[in-house]
Amino acid sequence: MVKFSCEKIDLVFAEIAKTAALYIPSNDKNNKAVFTKWQKGTKLCDSHNTQIGPKDLFFPQTEDLMAFKASNKKIEIIDTRKESEDFVIFGVRACDVKSLEILDRVFLSEPRDSYYAMRREHGIIISLACTRPSEACFCTTFGIAPSEPGADISVWKINNEFFWQANTKRGEELLLKIEHFTTPAEPSEVEGEKQRISVLMKRLPLANLSTNGFGKGKTNELFEREEWAKLSEACLGCGTCTFVCPTCQCYDIKDFNTGNGVIRYRCWDSCMYSDFTKMAHGNNRNTRKERFRQRFMHKLVYFPENNNGLFGCVGCGRCISKCPVSMNIVKVMKKLGGNV
Amino acid sequence: MQKISRDKLIKKASNLLNSGIVRCVLGWKRGEFDYDITPNVFTTEKELIDDFVWNDFCGANLSKYLVSKTQGVDGKILVFLKPCDTYSFNQLLTEHRFDRERAYVIAVPCEGMADINKIKQITNEGISSIEFNEDTLSISTLYNEEPIKIAYDRVLSERCLNCKSKKHVVYDELLGDDGEILESNRFDEVEKIEKMSSEERFEFWQGELSRCIRCNACRDVCPACTCEKCVFDNPESGVENKASANSFEEKLFHIIRAYHVAGRCTDCGECSRVCPQNIPLHLLNRKFIKDINEFYGEFQAGEKIGMRSPLIDYTTDDIEPNEAVNRRDS
Ligand code: SF4
Ligand code: SF4
Ligand code: SF4
Ligand code: SF4
Repeated sequence: MVKFSCEKIDLVFAEIAKTAALYIPSNDKNNKAVFTKWQKGTKLCDSHNTQIGPKDLFFPQTEDLMAFKASNKKIEIIDTRKESEDFVIFGVRACDVKSLEILDRVFLSEPRDSYYAMRREHGIIISLACTRPSEACFCTTFGIAPSEPGADISVWKINNEFFWQANTKRGEELLLKIEHFTTPAEPSEVEGEKQRISVLMKRLPLANLSTNGFGKGKTNELFEREEWAKLSEACLGCGTCTFVCPTCQCYDIKDFNTGNGVIRYRCWDSCMYSDFTKMAHGNNRNTRKERFRQRFMHKLVYFPENNNGLFGCVGCGRCISKCPVSMNIVKVMKKLGGNV
Repeated sequence: MQKISRDKLIKKASNLLNSGIVRCVLGWKRGEFDYDITPNVFTTEKELIDDFVWNDFCGANLSKYLVSKTQGVDGKILVFLKPCDTYSFNQLLTEHRFDRERAYVIAVPCEGMADINKIKQITNEGISSIEFNEDTLSISTLYNEEPIKIAYDRVLSERCLNCKSKKHVVYDELLGDDGEILESNRFDEVEKIEKMSSEERFEFWQGELSRCIRCNACRDVCPACTCEKCVFDNPESGVENKASANSFEEKLFHIIRAYHVAGRCTDCGECSRVCPQNIPLHLLNRKFIKDINEFYGEFQAGEKIGMRSPLIDYTTDDIEPNEAVNRRDS
């Protein structure tokens, strides 16, 4: 473990940015935190978490997969992939670190998604322990500890100092690069802060939310529950909750006609949309209720069913603060799981 | 703070429910915190007493829900409408989206709604409770010993700061006193944008619209967007797209949407309220409203049921189509 004083952070960022693209949470002109590509003058903000997680850097909202060009009755297939460059993301919260594990289960299991895999291989993640969780945070429900954020390097900000702990070989290599800005530190120096965060988490309004009643084997019990009708009543069927969610992973593949060829691209899709997974025979979920149920059943039942009990939600609270009608996974869990 | 009390609304609704005049009540339901309110259909007095809310966060415009909630069931639905919501209600009726007889409108006077984003800019995250006082909100957080007192005006939402009317244009019953149509400054921002050079203006909109994540919340919440199948959801339409492949498509969606609601948008402000990316969509709509006012005389969509918008009505006095270009170039 190493430490350095907060004033040096811009120097450290500059050093990292010499060899890799660096993304840090910075305020946009509306004062909202977004992962921003660092350049001289980009300021780290002290916001609690970014508007949208780091998902986009690994699984972009739209990306070209390949292109086709037709000439003289021949079709040429063009590989549009760009060599992925190395990049570093700083300031990823524990929930978002965990969200990548969930995405990995989807994209890195066979058949492996080479687009995602390439970015995962090239990306180094530096996490950041939470100092000031929001009222909407409930990561602890899923066993996530914001005091131990993990990833390649764990970072704690305590008073006027940063503490960086490498957890992987890549993390260690990166610490070597910034060696001349840091001094050695003892793990015991962050113990107090870890304690403080753990105590804080217990005081959050959603601290007692439990996953009881959800998970593997609950499909039959939950699928036909009559509460779904009421829960989905106000839902607009927009894609906000899916698009701000760091773990939502569905996409659509489309062709864009360029005039003399086609660009095949993929883009995020939402199970809340009426044309989601539309097939020749039509849709398999025709009502708002069925689509609404799908999103929550996927996170709380189907995903754990297929992934050894791992839930598909990390409790980041984004859907809570962004849903236009304030309907969200917590309200669903309280209603169906019967917990307070 | 709202002047009419929650109790008064509950009492009114309970009486109408219990006497069988209405079948159910479309209102606002409390959430996990003091500000996350969900539109809800209440069917019993007990549900109302347990969960109904009327406070500074009841921004959601309930009128559009009448389109779906009046379908397939009989009886009247009681709906609570704020002044701006009544314009949407009329506009929906003008477009024959539901049957007037199926709604029992209770007009609720409104002091303006608070914007939780503005509050969080001041208090930061970690709000544990909100107390509503006459001219202030008292916000307790997990991180401050003392509640933070904020003057109500500082956190009023943009649309309420520029409220066009405190008058309800339709109702079956009015609670309290009705207000007036107001002289608002709602076109000031539009004027600023009009004064920009075309490059500046392009840059301004590029900056705003490039943040769009195509979640469609602005469309889905909009009371003027009630097509049963939107072109953007229809794979056969040729413009369907779930994400913006490039900056042209980004703007295309918003331009098509703005044109489609032109002359029908009542400026209820819901699009900007719900946008997760804080894009000032109301400015696009207000540009159209301002132009319509200037070209065809003052027109407020939803003011009366059955009014024809100047854009679908022809008179021999109509200005020439190139007038907009002439004005821009002069
Ligand atoms: S739950 Fe909320 S955010 Fe999600 S689709 Fe429904 S209205 Fe939109
Ligand atoms: S479902 Fe909501 S709380 Fe859970 S990970 Fe997604 S956005 Fe976060
Ligand atoms: S959900 Fe947990 S890890 Fe995520 S930002 Fe909140 S406190 Fe931190
Ligand atoms: S609500 Fe905002 S982010 Fe969503 S589609 Fe509309 S403008 Fe884009």
